[in-house]
Amino acid sequence: MARVDRIAEPWGTRTPYGPGERWPMRVDSHLTEGTRPAEVDRWVQSASMLHSNGDAMDIAVKGGRIVGVRGRSEDRVNHGRLDPKDLYGWQANHSPDRLSTPLIRRAGELVETDWETAMESVAHRTRELLEERGPSSIGFYTTGQLFLEEYYTLALIAHGGIGTNHVDGNTRLCTATAAATLKESFACDGQPGTYTDVDHADVICLYGHNVAETQTVLWMRILDRLAGPRPPAIVCVDPRRTLVAEHATVHLAPRPGTNVMLMNALLHELLEHDWVDHDYVEAHAVGFSELEKLVQGYTVERAAEVCDVPADEVREAARLIGTSRRLMSTVLQGFYQSHQATAAAVQVNNIHIIRGMLGQPGCGVLQMNGQPSAQNTREAGADGDLPGFRNWSNDDHVQELAAVWNVDPIDIPHYSEPTHAMQIMRYVEDGSIRFLYVTATNPAVSMPELRRMRSILSQERLFLVVQDIFLSETAQLADVVLPAATWGEKTGTFTNADRTVHLSEKAVDPPGEARPDLDILLDYAERLDLRDKDGAPLVKWKTPEAAFEGWKECSRGRPCDYTGLTYDKLRGSSGIQWPCTEEHPEGTERIYVNGAFWSAPTYCESYGRDLVTGAPVEPTEYQALNPSGKAIIKAAEFLPLHEPPTEEHPFQLITGRTLYHFHTRTKTGRAPQLQAAAADVWVECSVADAAAHGWSEGDLLRVSTPRGQVTARVRVSGIRDGVLFLPFHYGYWDTAPGNGSGDNRAANELTLTDWDPASKQPIFKTAAAAATRLRPSDGSVAPAPSTTASRPAHGSVPATRGDDSALVDEEHAPSGGEA
Amino acid sequence: MKIAQTLRNLHGNKVGAAIEELHRSENELVGALLNLSDEHKIDHEIFYVARDIARWSQEHVRLLAEVGRDYDLDLSPESEDEPTLLARVKQKGAELTGRFHEPSLLLLADLRRVHRMAAGVSLDWEVLAQTAQALKDRELLSTAQECHPETLRQLRWANAKVKETAAQIMVTG
Repeated sequence: MARVDRIAEPWGTRTPYGPGERWPMRVDSHLTEGTRPAEVDRWVQSASMLHSNGDAMDIAVKGGRIVGVRGRSEDRVNHGRLDPKDLYGWQANHSPDRLSTPLIRRAGELVETDWETAMESVAHRTRELLEERGPSSIGFYTTGQLFLEEYYTLALIAHGGIGTNHVDGNTRLCTATAAATLKESFACDGQPGTYTDVDHADVICLYGHNVAETQTVLWMRILDRLAGPRPPAIVCVDPRRTLVAEHATVHLAPRPGTNVMLMNALLHELLEHDWVDHDYVEAHAVGFSELEKLVQGYTVERAAEVCDVPADEVREAARLIGTSRRLMSTVLQGFYQSHQATAAAVQVNNIHIIRGMLGQPGCGVLQMNGQPSAQNTREAGADGDLPGFRNWSNDDHVQELAAVWNVDPIDIPHYSEPTHAMQIMRYVEDGSIRFLYVTATNPAVSMPELRRMRSILSQERLFLVVQDIFLSETAQLADVVLPAATWGEKTGTFTNADRTVHLSEKAVDPPGEARPDLDILLDYAERLDLRDKDGAPLVKWKTPEAAFEGWKECSRGRPCDYTGLTYDKLRGSSGIQWPCTEEHPEGTERIYVNGAFWSAPTYCESYGRDLVTGAPVEPTEYQALNPSGKAIIKAAEFLPLHEPPTEEHPFQLITGRTLYHFHTRTKTGRAPQLQAAAADVWVECSVADAAAHGWSEGDLLRVSTPRGQVTARVRVSGIRDGVLFLPFHYGYWDTAPGNGSGDNRAANELTLTDWDPASKQPIFKTAAAAATRLRPSDGSVAPAPSTTASRPAHGSVPATRGDDSALVDEEHAPSGGEA
Repeated sequence: MKIAQTLRNLHGNKVGAAIEELHRSENELVGALLNLSDEHKIDHEIFYVARDIARWSQEHVRLLAEVGRDYDLDLSPESEDEPTLLARVKQKGAELTGRFHEPSLLLLADLRRVHRMAAGVSLDWEVLAQTAQALKDRELLSTAQECHPETLRQLRWANAKVKETAAQIMVTG
């Protein structure tokens, strides 16, 4: 057994393995100081809620309190390992500032109240608006951090009961493009890849995916392959010199906003060298000739100039991809939150389609999720989709859903796709939505252009309900605040980025009067007296397990089929990948085997969109294009940036994460080890830009865009020239409130309101920005971790490390065994 | 080749007039899209996408000017652009009325206008493509084949935006 400071060494000790071998076990555990494993009363099964990897763990309970966590060795996802955010993040559950009683606004102030008063006020305002202005005046904005049962209940209440089209999640900010991209290429959501592809791949490409920080356990798996015999080659596309870039065979650092140009040049090279599986394309895809035609103009030389990357390295990347035998690709926010998000991410799918690299070990695409249960927001229909990957423009699908819910099809609004979050906010802005119910998310910090967002959310005419576990920046603007239970305090299931479903059981009671989100939603539905078409209560369950059973029926026969799963089956074992049915009781590791897709016109979730205009493809058009349900190769032209740098704003600003925090830090900022590792905002610039402006480590910079200003200490890092990076985690719950000027620190003060027309995901990574030095460093360094992409390019800063409370036990199992 | 020349000589005037008309209507579509963009700056997707796809029509104008030379036309390759000051005034106006729901009726009207114009442009391309085939004018035909699909995308976009926003505009507020 080793004791490792997992703040200083976030990925822990290596357990090397070779291609086709089983990834060795390593059990990470962290208990509160002074507690020994033998003293733990019970271990309660769960999985991670602080990122999308879905690492399985057991929660240690002693005396009715959580005292630590331990990775589950038998789980397929993590083989016992845990992310530092999970090892320390559970402490936030015990924070003294947890919301423990409902709050209501009286004479301008939020004051404590009881559940009856709070819920009646929420239900009353809903009824009032339904009568006065109709269901389109009601909106719901949820998250990627609740449980499947909660999303499904919310979708039923909103779509089937209230009859509003305005339901979306903050998944719009993180995972909308993943879903859109899969719908474009395969006409349906559903991850083609699986984590075990890492065990087999000979080339792994990471496109805008800093996996070392966003999914640390997946990176541990890759690191262990890299440390073993016959390691895979890594291709990294990222404007920052991330840990992935450090380990890459080829690292391409394109100008932000030029991903489509780069991808088209890679495809151009693949076609030029005929690194194409023509038999596969012929048998299983449509659209190849359009791709051939379009990429003609996208030469490596042209891309080298537009993207500012060396031509030879683009060629080398194409050669690695083109000659690989088992190609795995992953994509994340560097593509999803950038200009032409869907168009760029679709080209990654195109590479796999034309190379025939799908549905076999080591040949997967992971269009990653950013949040732990984002997949469920998508499946259950709480995010601008219909439940069960049903197609809103296919009347048969709507009828099927209406039958499951026992409502009239016309009561489920489907005259247009469910409204996306950015448009919901626009409708709040123009006053046509007057009631917004926000669950477990913090738009006052996480949405773009915060000055606008604050002014939208603080309007007098808006009735804002916020259901959360802390008094977040958004909750502070609410009319009613509902205190919720969180992970470890309630039961439910959720699904990670490779379709693995986990059960997370209640370990301890929530604080004070806080209640599980499901219970609050059920209470709301009951007060609204929502009925089905026979007059029976619309929501037919009272417990998470009954909600899960209800969801199973809804998923029956659809791609995300859960009918073979039960709570009991998920108890005590590894997580299980959907589709899981009677026929496939152990789940399905790989989909799209032998080129069988879910894209038949009558079955598919989506007919796709125009990648430039976002206009949905009409059913008849789709039928003509893809009558027999093949994969769809969709070519895309490169478009100039919407906000290019200017003389006045010469930099390109990108925002992003650090390993030690999640989202707006509501939990990780309350875990002392994590908070200390990255205590405050910083800004990164390149060595050349620092030299040109005379900046050095720790100088205080003011970064500005036409939207606002942020003040931060500078870290001269390995980022590419002309680009500034700000982490987006830092808001105002532990500082003075943000006001759009002066010493603000939220990165989204600066971002612009613009989104990808196909996925509707906001663009956080191409704003034009200026930076000036306010004062030189007084000897302080930037509060940026030294262990990650934010480490200094040259010279040294004090190393990021934890104290004794950060020591984690690592137990290594005897190695060996087959895959 | 000789037949093509003969046909062109015989019918050149009519074809020239059609090219000229399309050049004018593409130009007008550029103006309508930019106007839509400016007037609805607060509807961010309208603002950006209308500008992105106005670029297609600008390119069509350039290509039409080029092909027009074969028919002795002297058409400007530069499409008309709005004066910057006027655009700014419109954008500011959009920002000032952003808190009101009623102006969104104007959005429907403006989208309708773009749709109508794009439909006209689409038919003009249809006429030109048919003509080009009859004349065996390969250059004109390939121009039509290159441009017309983009006009159809503009048309579908206007239609899709109306479909997406109509209910909220008409029923709520």
